[in-house]
Amino acid sequence: MESIQTDVAIVGAGGAGLRAAIALAQADPGLRIALISKVYPMRSHTCAAEGGAAGVIKSDDSLEHHFNDTVGGGDWLCDQDAVDYLVQEAPKELIQLEHWGCPWSREPNGSVAVRPFGGMKKQRTWFAADKSGFHILHTLFQTSLQFPSIQRFDEFYVTDLLVDEGRCAGVVAIEMRSGQMRAFHARAVIVAGGGAGRIFPFTTNGAIKTGDGMALAYRAGVALKDMEFVQYHPTGLPSTGTLLTEACRGEGGVLLNKNGRRFLQDYGMGPETPLGKPVLKTMELGPRDRVSQAFWQEQKKGNMVPTQWGDAMLLDMRHLGEKKINERLPLVRDMSISYMGVDPVTDPVPVRPVVHYMMGGIDTDIRTATRLPGLYAAGECACISINGANRLGSNSLTELLVYGRRAALSAIEYLQGGVPAAGASALAAGSTAAQARLRELMQRSGGGETLAGLRKEMMQTMEQHAGIYRTGEGLAQACETLAELRRRYQRIELHDKTNVYNTDLLQALELGSMLDCAEAVTQSALARRESRGAHQRLDYIERDDANFLRHSLAEFRGSEPPRIGYRDVVITRSQPGVRDYSGGHE
Amino acid sequence: MGERRVELEVLRFNPETDSEPRFQRFSVDCPEEWVVLDALNHVKETVDPTLSYRWSCHMAVCGSCGMMIDGEPKLACKSFLRDYAGVIRVEPLRHFPIQRDLVTVADDFVAKLARVKPYLIPKEPKAVEAGEYLQTPAQLKRYKQFTLCINCMLCYASCPEYGLIPDYIGPAALALAHRYNQDSRDGGRTERQEEIASKAGVWECSFVGACSEVCPEHVDPAAAIQQVKIQSTLDWYKEHLMPWLKK
Amino acid sequence: MAEEMSHKPYVRPISSEWIFRHPRYLRYMTREFSCLFIGAYTLLLVAGLQSLSDGRAAYASFLEMLGSPASIAFHVLALAFAVYHSITWFNLTPKAMPLQFGENFAPDAVISGAHFAIWGALSLAVLVLAGAF
Repeated sequence: MESIQTDVAIVGAGGAGLRAAIALAQADPGLRIALISKVYPMRSHTCAAEGGAAGVIKSDDSLEHHFNDTVGGGDWLCDQDAVDYLVQEAPKELIQLEHWGCPWSREPNGSVAVRPFGGMKKQRTWFAADKSGFHILHTLFQTSLQFPSIQRFDEFYVTDLLVDEGRCAGVVAIEMRSGQMRAFHARAVIVAGGGAGRIFPFTTNGAIKTGDGMALAYRAGVALKDMEFVQYHPTGLPSTGTLLTEACRGEGGVLLNKNGRRFLQDYGMGPETPLGKPVLKTMELGPRDRVSQAFWQEQKKGNMVPTQWGDAMLLDMRHLGEKKINERLPLVRDMSISYMGVDPVTDPVPVRPVVHYMMGGIDTDIRTATRLPGLYAAGECACISINGANRLGSNSLTELLVYGRRAALSAIEYLQGGVPAAGASALAAGSTAAQARLRELMQRSGGGETLAGLRKEMMQTMEQHAGIYRTGEGLAQACETLAELRRRYQRIELHDKTNVYNTDLLQALELGSMLDCAEAVTQSALARRESRGAHQRLDYIERDDANFLRHSLAEFRGSEPPRIGYRDVVITRSQPGVRDYSGGHE
Repeated sequence: MGERRVELEVLRFNPETDSEPRFQRFSVDCPEEWVVLDALNHVKETVDPTLSYRWSCHMAVCGSCGMMIDGEPKLACKSFLRDYAGVIRVEPLRHFPIQRDLVTVADDFVAKLARVKPYLIPKEPKAVEAGEYLQTPAQLKRYKQFTLCINCMLCYASCPEYGLIPDYIGPAALALAHRYNQDSRDGGRTERQEEIASKAGVWECSFVGACSEVCPEHVDPAAAIQQVKIQSTLDWYKEHLMPWLKK
Repeated sequence: MAEEMSHKPYVRPISSEWIFRHPRYLRYMTREFSCLFIGAYTLLLVAGLQSLSDGRAAYASFLEMLGSPASIAFHVLALAFAVYHSITWFNLTPKAMPLQFGENFAPDAVISGAHFAIWGALSLAVLVLAGAF
């Protein structure tokens, strides 16, 4: 197998991967950087994020406020030392991005503008119209082009990590255009492969969000942390799952049931605030988990609007006016019209909660290091944790920047400490094993299972049993089904056994990643016998700090279900309290 | 919840087995509100898993799914079945080599994008600690539309110049260079002019305007290119006829 | 190597039928084609000047030639193409020279309108100088 020598290999070229690459290139121009992605960088799902990135800049705001909002929003499952680092670095990173040309929306005087966002006490979400993620991604990608030391490997699908003597020594990847495998010999690896929302049938996530980065580390012995915490974004289009940014509500949009009632006030987020004058951290600006859960409850009462794609609530933005919508929410208007046939200027838009983000992921410490020396992880695929049990909107884009850079700095520190070259025989053995696994899958025949069939069953199971509200019985069923699906996965036969850009093969590999991640989600959810943040159990409705103020850790056990362990949350100064999103919380 | 029978005529090509591309007909039942991408996914899932194409976001922001649909470059995720009658012809984006089925080789485009120095070259250095560059909403407006390019390459597929003269840098790359030229924080225009105000750059453009017509994001690359032409012409005159004038 | 060869991409040949693939390309070629008539008219003007410098007789025969049916047909076509060229060109000017006032851009009609107005005024001036009025 052809091998490529490099110093740091980065898996994934979205916001976190690109930020890490730039930080590495700036810190040491002599460093060889291999930026490996299964898609061209501008296709990374960072492009779909809309609302903005949080960072304290207003004079009435403070790092302490941002810290408290995040920790409370995460239902106290966040590691507070990590949150401190996030809120502290956030403004610098966002300004750095501005210096790189990011077209942030502005105040009349030319300073950067911020908008209100869910769960945030103060306005601190920097935004670029309603395409913030798109502009951040393109700014990072275009900035990266000025560094010749960043060597890109576009459309390479990473299948395995190479490990030697307990140290991460690189990766093996398929060059998609030829089908040939390549070994990347690296002294450090940063995984920034994104989340795994595609394990669910209704999601804002694009096709590529299949948890490959998570599975990569998981199979190499790194635990997946807090996988049970899956975020539903309250406002997705019922037809396609397409995201309508939280900024719709930040700008003043309201949520109505079929009777025209702003029902959130019945779920602890009232009293009703004046139309078009949202009050931060209450009503429609409550945190995502609470709003999605309110939908579910209201739907049970039969108060939702039936549509051909299922029940929906109405997102009413008419009172914002055409000018404001065109200026601040142009993409939202375009998509509502295109995909729902509804113009938000004249009509309320049907929306429903859809899977959006995974708080859980690869277990890292606050320096983004995993327990495998030389392996780091950042972005949605990682779980430090700064998002805890529920992420606040606009913290994720900030996380990409702060921790993408942090991963680069950690990798450099590690390299400076002196990393011995990996043994040739170990590298060869790892590459050979990866090649053999791939060959076996390619040549397998008579298995009887189909990729599409298994994928559909997985999604149905997750939707039915691992949704907004879960039960022990349902989760146990899901665990059993997924274990079965993982067994049946070994009998998938490919229809396409050729080499060139074989998407049948790639989707099969992605399904393998998804099944592993899905099982980690359901097993972790089953073990967590409490309700916290985005993980809600109908059989354990209270939060149980005595037993579960801890991170779950799912450890890979091959064909067996993962072993679930726990680790205490780092609490520094914010003791678990009540999450109060009612108007009286001042 | 209406359904209709959709006929797709898709250009297939596998370099390992085919010497040249050929069409294959697929016939599937699809909900009326679907887009061509949904129909392709349906075909791949239920009829022929070997069909290869790029896609991801399904919301016209990642730029992956550009292809020729009934002879026009379009995003498959924004091509509504309701807008097509009869057999829908689906081919890979024109003017790019075909790697496999609907997947083209995008190398030339990506290289050209990188060539035009599409990054901010600050007019004045500023430390991050000193805060943001001030930029008024009017200054932002000056270049905003040119930031919207999703790199979908539909413009290259529609541009006869690019089709006939492969050296041509092309609409998206030139528009991106212009985006930075117009940014009030940028001082890199002279550097970029060398690449873009050249024979392979803007002067290859004869203002067909097809690029702007097919652009799904209304970037208007044709406008960007003409504006660069005028700017570089004025720059030339200033430099050669009034060298005492500071640029 | 056999492996490298087997993922060789296919390059589709370009043919000139692209002109007919969509009305926009036909419109473009018509606009470009108009330059042939404009070029021919320029040559005609040069020939006229030449005949003027060759003396009264030469100029008289030139004027006579201008009145021939073939010449008239040419002039009608040339005028049509020139007008088409000018209209399409002026309509494109807002793209090349956007006028920004604060956060707004001047409407396209203002910019192309200004071009048409100047064209009209210049044409009028030429006609007046030529003694048409």
